[in-house]
Amino acid sequence: MLQHSDDPDTFRANISSWIEAHCAPELRAIPRTDQQICWGGKRFDFSSAAQKAWMQAAAETGLSAPRWPVEYGGAGLSRQQEKIYREELARLNAPTPLESFGLWMLGPALLEFGTHDQKLHYLPQITRGEIRWCQGYSEPGAGSDLASVQTRAEDRGDHWVVNGSKIWTSYADQADWIFALVRTDREAPKHRGISFMLIDMEAEGVSTKPIRLISGASPFCETFFDNVVVPKEDPAGLSRIVGELNRGWDVAKHLLTHEREMIGGGAQGLLGTRSLGAFLQDLDDQVLADPVLRSRAMELEVDSLATAMTLDRYKDMAKQGGVGHASAMLKYAGTELNKRRYELLMSVTGSDGLDWDGAHGALPSEWLRTKANSIEGGTSEVMLDILSKRVLDLPSQ
Amino acid sequence: MTASLVPSGDEVMLRDSARAFLAEASPVSALRANRDGGRPYDPALWSEMVKMGWAGVLLPEEAGGSDMGHRAAGILAEEMGEVLAASPFLSSAVIAATALRAAGSARLAGIAEGATYALALDETSKFAPERAGLQATRAGNGYRLTGRKCFVADGGSADRVLVLARTAGAPGEAEGLTLFDLDANSAGITRTARATVDSRDHANLDFDGVEATGEDVLGEADNAMAVLAPALRAGQAGLSAELLGLTSGAFWMTAAYLRERRQFGRTIGSFQALQHRAAHLWCEIEVTASAVANAGRVLDETPEEADLAVSVAKARATRTAKLAVSEGVQMHGGIGMTDEFDMGFYMKRARVGAEWLGDYGYHAARVAAARGF
Repeated sequence: MLQHSDDPDTFRANISSWIEAHCAPELRAIPRTDQQICWGGKRFDFSSAAQKAWMQAAAETGLSAPRWPVEYGGAGLSRQQEKIYREELARLNAPTPLESFGLWMLGPALLEFGTHDQKLHYLPQITRGEIRWCQGYSEPGAGSDLASVQTRAEDRGDHWVVNGSKIWTSYADQADWIFALVRTDREAPKHRGISFMLIDMEAEGVSTKPIRLISGASPFCETFFDNVVVPKEDPAGLSRIVGELNRGWDVAKHLLTHEREMIGGGAQGLLGTRSLGAFLQDLDDQVLADPVLRSRAMELEVDSLATAMTLDRYKDMAKQGGVGHASAMLKYAGTELNKRRYELLMSVTGSDGLDWDGAHGALPSEWLRTKANSIEGGTSEVMLDILSKRVLDLPSQ
Repeated sequence: MTASLVPSGDEVMLRDSARAFLAEASPVSALRANRDGGRPYDPALWSEMVKMGWAGVLLPEEAGGSDMGHRAAGILAEEMGEVLAASPFLSSAVIAATALRAAGSARLAGIAEGATYALALDETSKFAPERAGLQATRAGNGYRLTGRKCFVADGGSADRVLVLARTAGAPGEAEGLTLFDLDANSAGITRTARATVDSRDHANLDFDGVEATGEDVLGEADNAMAVLAPALRAGQAGLSAELLGLTSGAFWMTAAYLRERRQFGRTIGSFQALQHRAAHLWCEIEVTASAVANAGRVLDETPEEADLAVSVAKARATRTAKLAVSEGVQMHGGIGMTDEFDMGFYMKRARVGAEWLGDYGYHAARVAAARGF
């Protein structure tokens, strides 16, 4: 059993032997593919018994959610311990045992805005990989202007009736539940009539349709709600609204800030993980003899290293009280950098990198996918708006 | 594990006191007065800095220093950059202090007392220490130095000069170089002041059979890099910090102007075209600030691994400063072009800082080499 020693060196030794003991060698291969990501959920097909065992071992010790409190299924680690844990995972080439929108988004929202009972019910389902969540934010008519969502939930006494549609709901076709922004007061100003609602994807009237992207297949869906009945309270007495009624925008804003930090930080599954250095070492020397390519590679390396240092510095700042709206910088800088990295990878691989499934795996598909990085979670332009207004204090007129 | 990239309590105090002092003692108008008065810096300002212990920030206590480290030196340099304060701080308190300390020189304590130094290194228009060809030939028990150094920062005014000379091998080889610590007024040294765009002290130094003894050799003969390399890293990190401060000074001056200037019946800062450029620039500054803080920390903790961190910082600082001053002039419009307005001083210092101790390409190439390509 894992000992949560306070001494960093002891902790590192313990966590490392724990990883060695529970993450089978077959899981520790590179390159990492989509199939190796463990998403969990009722309908998830584990790629191997080893993958399932690794997730379950992590769930038992709470390490699928390292920093969440133990009573809600987490491991209760400190920031420093979590950092050590991630470093050891990387060093041992072990995949993250569980990835999910529950861990990334709903969990943080519940921890901040949920009731104790909501946390007790929903969070352990997430950390054990039992329920897979998806996010219902954007709509065909509400992209950058998210607060204009039109999906509505009408109050029918003891339940809501939900109608409308959501777009860019990642993995909605494989998710068990959705957390969605719905309009619960159509008279109120647009930011004041939205609620953050939890909806069972198995409820009657919910349907999904995958969206094909320029990168080929895609995890994105459109999700439709046709007279979906959502009880105001579960049989257990839990509200299906997180935070206050009509105050869902506060929850959404909090989560968007969180999401920005994550996308900017290159969270697995959202940003590609290929490093430039590994690529260049395998290439024909002639490629970097091209002075233009070489100079792009050097500039990118300078900026990548400085951006990594910035993530470290912002983590240090967060420990001392938070970074607030400046997190928009991480999202902007991180995603724009990632797009540059993949443009360069495509250039250095030349014609070898043009096949959907070729010498460099699915590189073209990864390259095309990065184009969404600076759109999802708030476009680069929205980030610059936030920074100019909230950080630089530039006037609106 | 690297210490936090956020300033410590002591560092915040140092920054605040430096900022308050410089705002009073050396606003940008002081640089203008220096220029108009034809002097490269104000010796009275340097005396004040020495009294406050800034000259000893990298010196051990026994040499009269506070030994606060490179991150602290960077914080001071950053504050000086913010208001373009001119002083021999980088040449003396950072570069020479590090070289003399690495060599265990008996002259170390002089720096804490305010002795000023210049590093005479370049012989061509681009920084390349191993290309040094200035000859130091054996003569009796000592050496005679003959050759020319250009772009010597603080070279016109410094009390002493560190000269990189070739005692063996050929230009291009890192071995065979020797670093001398000489009185800048030694017979045979001719100092020619240059009128560089930043209005600071830069000089060309001609050496005509200048006599040096074995005691003037800093570190070992033929092995200058052992003391020069750490001094260069320290100087490059300090200069990166100065450039970051300069960048921040230019940026916030511009942001204030965007909030105040009205055209077309609106504040120009309300135009999204300008907002986005300003916000982009701020992001670049944040990223560069991380590289600068990291370079100071790595120099303090694992100096032998600092090459990469320092080159990332200098490359980033050079490029971000250029962007900030270019945008600064453009966003100020016509007034940004006038000598009466201060932005031009920022632009000119940024250009000189870009070249000193290695330009963008030099440091980017070092980064690439350290990363295996």
